[in-house]
Amino acid sequence: MADRKVDSETGVETTGHNWDGIEELNNPLPRWWLWTLYLCIIWGVGYSIAYPAWPMISGATTGVLGWSTRGNVAQDIKEHEGQNAELVAALVQTDMDTLSDNADLNRYAIARGGAVFRAQCSQCHGSGAAGATGYPNLLDNDWLWGGEIAQIAYTVRHGIRNDTDDDAHWSQMPAFGDQLEKDEIAATVEYVVSLSNTEFDAALAATGSELFAENCASCHGDAALGDQDQGAPNLADAIWLYGGDRESLTYTIVNARFGVMPAWGQRLSEEDVRAVSAYVHALGGGE
Amino acid sequence: MGCSTNREGHFMNYVKLILLGGITLLAALAASWAHDLAYQIHALIIMVIAFVMFIRVLRNTDEPIIAAPTGIFEDGVIRAGVIATAFWGVTGFLVGTFIAFQLAFPSLNFDWAQPFGNFGRLRPLHTSAVIFAFGGNALIATSFYVVQRTSAVRLWGGNTAWFVFWGYQLFIVLAATGYLLGATQSKEYAEPEWYVDLWLTVVWLAYLAVFLGTIYKRKERHIYVANWFFLSFIITVAMLHVINNLSIPVSIWGSKSVQVFSGVQDAMTQWWYGHNAVGFFLTAGFLGMMYYFVPKQAGRPVYSYKLSIIHFWALIFLYIWAGPHHLHYTALPDWASTLGMVFSIILWMPSWGGMINGLMTLQGAWDKLRTDPIMRMFVLSLGFYGMSTFEGPMMSIRAVNSLSHYTDWTIGHVHSGALGWNGMITFACIYFLTPKLWGRQKMYSESAINWHFWLATLGIVLYAASMWVTGIMEGLMWREVDDQGFLVNSFADTVSAKFPMYVVRGLGGVLFLSGSLVMVWNMWMTIRGAKPATTSLPYAIPAE
Repeated sequence: MADRKVDSETGVETTGHNWDGIEELNNPLPRWWLWTLYLCIIWGVGYSIAYPAWPMISGATTGVLGWSTRGNVAQDIKEHEGQNAELVAALVQTDMDTLSDNADLNRYAIARGGAVFRAQCSQCHGSGAAGATGYPNLLDNDWLWGGEIAQIAYTVRHGIRNDTDDDAHWSQMPAFGDQLEKDEIAATVEYVVSLSNTEFDAALAATGSELFAENCASCHGDAALGDQDQGAPNLADAIWLYGGDRESLTYTIVNARFGVMPAWGQRLSEEDVRAVSAYVHALGGGE
Repeated sequence: MGCSTNREGHFMNYVKLILLGGITLLAALAASWAHDLAYQIHALIIMVIAFVMFIRVLRNTDEPIIAAPTGIFEDGVIRAGVIATAFWGVTGFLVGTFIAFQLAFPSLNFDWAQPFGNFGRLRPLHTSAVIFAFGGNALIATSFYVVQRTSAVRLWGGNTAWFVFWGYQLFIVLAATGYLLGATQSKEYAEPEWYVDLWLTVVWLAYLAVFLGTIYKRKERHIYVANWFFLSFIITVAMLHVINNLSIPVSIWGSKSVQVFSGVQDAMTQWWYGHNAVGFFLTAGFLGMMYYFVPKQAGRPVYSYKLSIIHFWALIFLYIWAGPHHLHYTALPDWASTLGMVFSIILWMPSWGGMINGLMTLQGAWDKLRTDPIMRMFVLSLGFYGMSTFEGPMMSIRAVNSLSHYTDWTIGHVHSGALGWNGMITFACIYFLTPKLWGRQKMYSESAINWHFWLATLGIVLYAASMWVTGIMEGLMWREVDDQGFLVNSFADTVSAKFPMYVVRGLGGVLFLSGSLVMVWNMWMTIRGAKPATTSLPYAIPAE
């Protein structure tokens, strides 16, 4: 360190090192920097005494405050449940058909059901419940398996065409691609189109009408108004789950469809099943 | 003596031929027995490269060996590194900008480009391209430059430095093509599969050897502070890389492997790695750059030798423990989470030590901020460094983290650090190095540097601001409850609320990318420009 010299700009001594022209000043540590570092260390020691921190041979220190993340969330849940305990008890016991007579309980059920819906149902049915192709719109009054509040609750609880709940709604449209000729399918499609449209080929639809009576009416009904007992859609109301254009209808008739809904009774609490049913029933289309 | 060198050289050529021939053959077998497409294509890439090298060595087998020059710095590999840095930078920014728009407009996940052009595959391509390809090449190139200058010797190991350079590029190509073809071990910033990891280990150890070898034969008595940072970066990254990638291949003829750790142990190992990739790759390594290029550009002594010692040791000791703050409120035990947070907060001042030492080095040269756009870039990068290293400890606080975690705030934080600190300092270093390495007086256009500075700055501001807004907004929306305690928003509500800010973020990316294209043009014009009449070869002369 023979070359210590004083830097002319700052009046500070250098350390005497020099690398490729780079020198170093011998400034001390900035005081504020050092004290902030000390304060952070002191705070760190205090914090790690207050909270669970130091690993020991078996387990770790629990902290003098007795705080834990799991304890914290348990406390929050407890408070939340305590706040609504009476309403929950009433909701579980009430007769769903008369729920709307109890304004307070009904309001609670719908608020709770909305939260359940946004967390669990919106992925398929949309956050506004307007559905998407293959996922029913829950705002209209067209119901595949019934729109009364108890029917909705059954559907929520047991689901549709799943293999986890023996009581799930179950029906299976045949794939008519194996049973009908191409021109027969085209005629049937034209007849289905004619039920809710003004523009169609009348002659072809007339042929389709006979085919419909033979093949489809047993489930969808003579007037094609559907059958909620078997989840057979109403084909005359211009509401389509998989599309009502000729291409979609042809695909549906050739291959059939197989929409599945999980059995939410296995995942949600009884009060949540009831609440979400009340919410869906109240969306506008409830029967 | 020349004769014996020749004989040794020829012998080495035969060893090389046997090795390269063997690799070609093995790669051909691997390609034919491959279980999956990524592995097969990788085997073909390796086969072609080994075969071309085999032919090259074969053609030169009996040529006289020219002894490598000594006493002159090895700058060829640094020139290549600077070009690679710019190339991968632009690539990474381009992919980043594209995926930013994919998030705003999901239809940009084109059907015809599936599955290769999916966001899920492009995202690791972006992160690896900017961190490892752009940042990694910048680190390798600048560390080779700095260690030679501050040790006053040529790089140790002859052509090993070139092996490091090309080996690293091969790693990048294998990683990038692997992501697109679906080979990933699904660990953030450690996505490449087992054989790519093994290759990187070989390259990295060669890098360590070159760096250590050069320091060992240095002609200066002391090791300069920049080299402490570079060395800690190289050693720690080796350790992190090896431990986090411990996995067992399902088959040696396939890319898939299974991690050795499982569950929360795996998560903790991953974020110990992930956090220190930031700590040692993007912080310690880049501080090494800072400690050489900032005093050089400013023409001033480093502010405080004491501060550099204290903050160096504090930084590397504390950083390694801070990883658990990535796993607050998870299956990780509370004690580990607390310690991660405590170490992160104590880390605040050690991180700021680097900023203080950098900024205060400008004492007596502050006027350069007005006149020198390169200096301005260095100062801005230190500003963003200071901001990110304050924001980081703040976000590690559990209460803050419960709001910020899983939101875009994290993305904004990462980018103010990556674009602001790592990006800006790398650009400044490129502007410093390009004229020196190609023997030019200065960059072709100073006003283009200014343009780059403002385009990049504005881009970062748009990026960071939009991500703060969306991050805090979605954090608040997720936790919003009504007076009966029920959640108010669905997840999709938060996604649609973020849309305008996603567009702003994309535009920020466009600006940042444009700035980097201006830089590439400026580099091109500088390099192809006429050489000044008198050039002196850079000789190694010890300064002390």
